This record gives sequence, C-alpha cells and structure tokens, in this order.
Amino acid sequence: MATELPWDAKSGTLRRDLADGMMNPACKHALEAALTLKQQHGGHITAITMGPPIAEEILREAIAMGADRCLMLTDAAMAGADTHVTSYTLARAIEIFCPDFDLILCGCHTTDSETAQVGPQLAEELNIPEISYVDHLHLESRTLRVKRFSDNFLETLEMDLPCLVSVNTQHFQPRYIPLSGLQDAFDDLNILAVSASDLGLDPAVIGIKGSPTKIIDVYMPRAEKENIVLKGAPKKIVEELFERFETRIGGIIRKDLKWEG
Amino acid sequence: MTLHAPEIWVFGDYRNYFQNRVTLQLLSRATVLASKLGACVCATVFGHQVDEWVGEYIAHGAQKVYVIEDKSIKDYSTDLYVTLMERLARDRRPEIILVGATTFGREYAPRVAKRLGTGLTADCVGLDINEDGLLVQTSPSFGGNMLTKIITPEKRPQMATVRPGIFQEIPHNYQATGEIVRISLPKDLPKDRIRLISSERKPPTSQKLEEAAVVVCGGRGMGSRSKFKNLYELARVLGGEVGATRPAVYSKWADEEALVGQADKHIRPKVLLSFGISGAIQHTAGIIDASFIIAINKNPGAAMMKMADVAIVADANQVCLALIKELKKRLRG
Repeated sequence: MATELPWDAKSGTLRRDLADGMMNPACKHALEAALTLKQQHGGHITAITMGPPIAEEILREAIAMGADRCLMLTDAAMAGADTHVTSYTLARAIEIFCPDFDLILCGCHTTDSETAQVGPQLAEELNIPEISYVDHLHLESRTLRVKRFSDNFLETLEMDLPCLVSVNTQHFQPRYIPLSGLQDAFDDLNILAVSASDLGLDPAVIGIKGSPTKIIDVYMPRAEKENIVLKGAPKKIVEELFERFETRIGGIIRKDLKWEG
Repeated sequence: MTLHAPEIWVFGDYRNYFQNRVTLQLLSRATVLASKLGACVCATVFGHQVDEWVGEYIAHGAQKVYVIEDKSIKDYSTDLYVTLMERLARDRRPEIILVGATTFGREYAPRVAKRLGTGLTADCVGLDINEDGLLVQTSPSFGGNMLTKIITPEKRPQMATVRPGIFQEIPHNYQATGEIVRISLPKDLPKDRIRLISSERKPPTSQKLEEAAVVVCGGRGMGSRSKFKNLYELARVLGGEVGATRPAVYSKWADEEALVGQADKHIRPKVLLSFGISGAIQHTAGIIDASFIIAINKNPGAAMMKMADVAIVADANQVCLALIKELKKRLRG
C-alpha cells in the first residue's frame, strides 16, 4: 500500500512510479491464458507494457513465466496518459512491432486504477472485435469461442481472429515461476525499449498533454480515522472493546450488549 | 441552428432491471446535475419491445427518451450498441453521457468514448458540477485507497461509468410525462463482428454478503481451516456474513462466494471485523465502503491495521474466540 500520496501536484498526475514494480495480478492471468493457448496451438507471445523504466521488472516476470519477447513503451512524453491516450499509444506500437498479431489478451483491470478501459479502447484503435471479462477460451482454426458471465447472463460468444479479449481473474491461475526461470529472465533480456519517437508520435497527442481527462485532485477518503490501537490479552482487549463501543456495535446488530456483571 | 438546452444522457441498461437499478440511480443524479446546468435529462434505450423501460425511465426522472427499436438488436450487443450510440451522440451532441458500471457498461462505455474521441472516467462514486459548469467525476484509484477528482475540460461529451448503489433513485411517478424520440435503425449499420452462440440467464447471485450490515472477514492469519470456522460462529452470533481474502479461499478455508476484493465482492457493512488480514490492495479495494473497521492482527504494521478504526494487536483466532464468549454472555441477558 502506498504510504504517501503518490500524486504529483505540479504535473497533475498519479505517480505510478511509486507503486511497486509488480505485474498486475489480472495481467498475470491474461499471460497465463496466452501461455495455455500457445501450448495448444503454438505461437509467439509478446508482452507489452507502458510505464516508467521500473516496468522492466514486470517484463522480466513475463519472460520468466514464458513470454517470448517484450516491448517496453517508456518515455517521459508518455507519462500521465489516461486510457484514451494509453490505448492510442499501445495501438501504434502494436501496428509497428506486431503487425501480424492474431490475438491480444489484456488483464481485466489494474490494481492502481481499476479502469478496465484500455482493452476495449485498444480494440477500437485497431478496429478489431473485443470481448471483456472472459472465463474460458477455445480456439478453432481462426475462430475464438469464449464463455463469460456478464450481468447474470452466462454467454457463449464467437469472433474471428484478429481480436482482443480481457481475461477474468477467476480462471487461468498464473503458473508458479521457478527460480531458474527468473534467473534466465535476468540473464537473457529480450526486452525492447520503445520511445515516442520510435513510434513517430507527436508528444502533443500522447501522455498528459494528449489526455482528454485531467486529474484535479487526489485525496485519501479515510484520513480522518482515529485508529485506536488495543493490545494485551485477548479477553482484556475484548472487554475494553465492548466498554468503548458496546452502544455502537449493539446499535448495528440491533441488540442490547450492555452487561451489568 | 436552433438553440436547445444541453442534454445529459443516461444509457438505459435494462437487462437486469429488477436486480440492478443503476440506470434509475443515474437518472436521479442526472436530475441534480441538470438543475445546476439548466440541462435536460435524457435516457437512451436500444432493443426490441422496450416500451416498458421507456415508461419506467420517464417515471424515474427522464424528460426525454431516445429510442432505437428493432428486432435485430433485441439481444445486447456491444458492437452494435456502440455504433448506435456513437451516431446518436454525433447527431445530438449531448453534454454528458453516464453509463452504469455493469459488466456490459464497462465494456461498452470505453468504446463509445474512444469512437467519440473523448475522455471517460471509470467506476465513479461521485458526480458533481463545478463553478465552470464542468462535470467533476470522483473515482477510486490505487485500489480504492484514494479518490481522484477528474474533469474533461475540452472534449465533449463528458463521459463516466458509475458504480451501482452509489446514488439513490427517485421514487417513481407514473404521472410524469416525457418526450419520446423514436429513431429508426440505420440502414447501413455494420454487421456485428461478435456472434452470440448462447445466452442463459442465471438466477441473480446472492447479495447477502454485499448487503450485510455486519461482515466478519478472515485471511491467512487465522492460521488453519478449523480455526477459520470460528469466524462462522462469530458471524452467526452477530447476525452477519463471512467474507474471505483470496489466500483464504485458495486454501479452501472459505468458498469462492465469500471472496471480498477488487475484482470480487465489494462490501459496505456498518461494521467490519477483519481477522488476520494483512490488507493487500486487492482485498482492501473491496472494503473501502465499510463504515467502522475493527482489525485484528499480530502485526501492528499491517496495512489493514492502519486503515482500521480499532486495531487490535493480538492473535486473530484467540480474539475471535474471546469475542464469541463475550457476546454470548452479553446476549444471554
């Protein structure tokens, strides 16, 4: 958990560089789904991320899990991008470095801002069909059949490659990364760093400058909490808890907790 | 060009009308926003045989409803509905479009925003109008530990998806009248790129945990499966429900149904008792709406302890047992 406000008042962006350099759990599930498909059908997996240079650690993790190569979109001009601009930037990189892609898999959300928006917007940028929150994937020739649970409906859907899915976290439990895999990932870095100029992008249309949304404030909603700390023997603690909060807890459970001894 | 009042649009997500009232909640909030902007509250309804929903939306605050009705769009289709909304919005130029953050809405709204070249704020928990007449969209970030206020200063429409259950719907008024604007399905609508093979309605999943006033939540710090069972006894005595972290569910101490977290269940109890939970962001994102948190953990530095109203530094299971004993004693009288 971030201990200070990772908010840069000067630039008006969340300082994602202060969040720890770990792959989003949801993205690990997406990579696991890709690895499963590769085992069944063959293929070549490129892991792509956009972020500060610390993102390299995430890509090493991806290689350790089994990705064949990685693209790291990193450039000061890309910083502060909202999902609109992030999907734009990713799409341009995919067009250049993965022009013959068949399938894009995304995590269904991120831990830092849970927007779940980049996947659908990336599909729009590349003009391909997309299905979110997928539980099961079945590929047969050039047709992808997926199952998902959407707002109380269990749906089976099909679309043709190339296409995009975002993968739910209920399935595709990420594989365990053996230590040797991590070692390989550090020795043999198939990670390509890509800048805005490599993509031929005008800095005015990417990053914070190009983003239609602007953050005007970031604040901690429960900073006003008193945070009372109780220590000691469990019995004593519980007695103290009731002494201080019996009315409050009793009111919530609608029972009188008063103890006259 | 004739001048007309700016419009606030609410996407009519009627598929689970009786379980999910987010469209009505948004119409209610749109009414408040509209009064500050001098705007008109509108709903959009796409589908087949949708008169019932059109009537409901007018009864709940819509002054105008745009209806596109055709048999070919009777099933929800992200692909087709995105195109319909894009064209309608280009034609009518709404100031604001609000979409409920249902699974459908979360897939649909980002694509509409992208087609219209505008911004979109995800999963808002607050919406207001500032002194410049801009929509201020409040959205959780960093796993819900912080809130961000976001505006879309230049691009139009201003768009947001909104978490269900945040705003109160307006009580229905079947005497209310509204303008119904029927638009025919475009002849040149591109073919749906996604084929619906089957769609089966499942009974709505139990909302007990999400709606419980008291939740007892346990993590790996409970120590073992048999100790974790004590949480069920405590919940029974308190008349509450049991929630669990992902590691506890992986260890089969609790069912998947009990999973509380970012991608799982979001709970909003009046009191949350958190036992042996370190407070990983994936879990705490699901509990930010708890009003009073009592956390029990051996480690006083755990993130969960920092965000608690009362942090009890002790063995989680022993405190659970002591609580059961004390509650039974007090409740006997």
